[in-house]
Amino acid sequence: MFRTSRKPRAVRKTGRRSPLASVSLIALGLLLSGGAYALVSSSTAVADTSATTTQATVEEGEKLFQANCATCHGLDLEGSDDGPSLVGVGSAAVDFQVGTGRMPLQAQAPQAPVKPVQFTEDQVNALAQYVASIAPGPSIPEDQYLDAEGDAARGAELFRVNCAMCHNVAGAGGALTEGKYAPALTGVTPTHIYEAMLTGPQNMPVFNDANLTPEDKRDIITALKFQENSTSVGGHPLGALGPVAEGLFLWIAGMGIIVALTVWITARSN
Amino acid sequence: MSTSTATRPETAVEKKSGGFTAAASNYLDERTSISAVVKEFGRKVFPDHWSFLLGEVALYSFVVILLSGTFLTFFFQASMAEVHYDGSYVPLKGVEMSAAMASTLDISFDIRGGLLMRQIHHWAALLFVASIGLHMMRIFFTGAFRKPRELNWVIGFVLFILAMAEGFTGYSLPDDLLSGNGLRIIDGMIKGIPLVGTWISFLLFGGEFPGTAIVGRLYTLHILLLPALVLLFIALHLVFVVVHKHTQFSGPGKTQQNVVGYPVLPVYAAKAGGFFFIVFGVIVLLASFFTINPIWNYGPYDPSPVSAGTQPDWYIGFADGALRLVPPHLEFVLFERTWSFNILIPLGALGLFIVLAMIYPFIEAWVTGDKREHHILDRPRNAATRTAIGAAGLTFYAGLWAAASSDIIATHFKLTMEGVIHALQFVVIAGPFIAYFITKRICLALQKKDREIVLHGYESGRIIRLPGGEYIEKHEQIDDYQRWKLVSYHDYKPLMIRPNARGKITVGQRARASLSRWFFEDRIAPPTRGEIEASHHHEDHVEIESSHQNH
Repeated sequence: MFRTSRKPRAVRKTGRRSPLASVSLIALGLLLSGGAYALVSSSTAVADTSATTTQATVEEGEKLFQANCATCHGLDLEGSDDGPSLVGVGSAAVDFQVGTGRMPLQAQAPQAPVKPVQFTEDQVNALAQYVASIAPGPSIPEDQYLDAEGDAARGAELFRVNCAMCHNVAGAGGALTEGKYAPALTGVTPTHIYEAMLTGPQNMPVFNDANLTPEDKRDIITALKFQENSTSVGGHPLGALGPVAEGLFLWIAGMGIIVALTVWITARSN
Repeated sequence: MSTSTATRPETAVEKKSGGFTAAASNYLDERTSISAVVKEFGRKVFPDHWSFLLGEVALYSFVVILLSGTFLTFFFQASMAEVHYDGSYVPLKGVEMSAAMASTLDISFDIRGGLLMRQIHHWAALLFVASIGLHMMRIFFTGAFRKPRELNWVIGFVLFILAMAEGFTGYSLPDDLLSGNGLRIIDGMIKGIPLVGTWISFLLFGGEFPGTAIVGRLYTLHILLLPALVLLFIALHLVFVVVHKHTQFSGPGKTQQNVVGYPVLPVYAAKAGGFFFIVFGVIVLLASFFTINPIWNYGPYDPSPVSAGTQPDWYIGFADGALRLVPPHLEFVLFERTWSFNILIPLGALGLFIVLAMIYPFIEAWVTGDKREHHILDRPRNAATRTAIGAAGLTFYAGLWAAASSDIIATHFKLTMEGVIHALQFVVIAGPFIAYFITKRICLALQKKDREIVLHGYESGRIIRLPGGEYIEKHEQIDDYQRWKLVSYHDYKPLMIRPNARGKITVGQRARASLSRWFFEDRIAPPTRGEIEASHHHEDHVEIESSHQNH
């Protein structure tokens, strides 16, 4: 590009070459710069195929949406009595809700449970792109925040302050009112954890980037993944539910063994 | 048992001495007069029944707690000084926490055997309180608390409360998020007491919660005062066991005057000694394979985060449950003071429950007017009203206990939290009455069945056709040993209202008589000797086949 802009000036100064030369050089320059641009743009397209907004995927997404979602969310995402408007929810919300199987909803209930995912990855992506194409909203997070290699100690602290009151300090989940609940966080992909914080699905509040920066979110994901992947040093964790599980285990297994042994000790030998 | 005589050394040929053992025993006895003690204790007889070992389990787990606790004191720092954790647990590295939390993490991750010791200590503590609970149930349902053992019931009950206090103070020491939440609840309960609450709270915490003093203070209580009290009461408890001698279930040859069983030396000492190691082993196995109180998951205490699913250890659960079950909006301001009845009602109900359970032996003694000594245990069915009261009390306790995990019940059984709470409120209030009536009816039905078996024998399953074509089932008589168990129990009758020396019937008398009627109105009289003989005579008459096999 640089060269192409300089060369024509040189031509004008010296005037030693034929007029055709300048024309051909311009043509060559345009070709080079255009090719380079095409190369660059196509390489970025390769980098995140999942987030490509091509007309084809949007159209596929629209078809999928009309077939599977429009009954409740409306043909133009305007919502209905059975489902909220999806204008401006962004691709992150769609990826979370559909990608974890929560949507399509299996029944009107206090909360949508996790269930087997109903669509392929491409279809989920198409749906997300379609919804995002109607109105802008939070988009699917970038990979650099999902590597779970941040600061676990900081993440755990942020988790205790922001998340533990519903999800339990060990991420084991907890009860909310009227049959709603905060699910356990084990086995959730980093992308979905990030999207949940970003979009606040179901009864969860939104933790936007001003509230928890992408770096904070990365640390929280790190802490959760550390806890999930580290071996339980103290032996079987008993569901990581705390003293209730421990007490239940003691009364059933511990006292059971002890009572069986007292019976054995006092049994009369025949 | 008599191995000492078998290995007699050759040196003791000329003198008829017992060898080294005898010489050593003699040496000791001449200086300590211990033979009298050995004679007394060695011949002490313990009856054999599995439920008689539950108190021993509590004693042994306490010994395990003392041993493992001593190890922990070597490394634990009871200080709330702020430090930055720098141990080997990565997710807490550099996090600000108290020295107590940091040293507990060090015990868990950096001191060899530390985590095992912590887990042994905690599992043993849970087992300690649980075995006390089971032991108390045994005592209650068999009527072992009756004269002369009423005071020992009270001593045991104090031990139960001390054990809970030990547990709670220990639970709070690591200064982790979970125990800190628990302390905050206790602080709230204390502050809910009118007039004095705030003062007591500030005295306890050395200022506003959480302050910097509470861990040190709880530590002193946990390792100094409370263990000393527990030991003192255990000693008292055991002295009384020796003084009163052990109770026994009724059976042939067992009377109010004797104890039938094995002597301490050598049988019971060996059994009990071995059993200590068995209990120790079970605790170590639990501690090796199952995590308890993973404080590294909870993180250091900070008053702002409160975790979902926060619960206390099981023995404090009933108190936590009471707080969860009390309906909202019971707080109001009167005389410029806040009256937190949502705290005071649970406190009062629990206090009443504990006091009633503690003085139950005296209540029952007063109602029955029974001044005799009882060394033979009741079968629970033969004391129907007491068993029913016990079942009611347990239902009340269990409802409160379950309420401490109301949120976990809700999430794991996919129920609404409100539904769980309302169901448990019903269990706590109506449940005891339902349990009372069902248990009483079951007891009476079982007594009826016993009476039927004694009088008419049990169904043998042998069908006989009489010459006239009639079919009857042959009933077999139970043997005398079994019959003894079924018929030898006291038959209480409701007290008669009698005027006292001055010819008056007092209000107390009336109350007592009506309570006594409540206790004993519904009863199945045990079959009398006459009835048994008559029924057997009758059986002989009906007997068709001459199948008099004596069995």
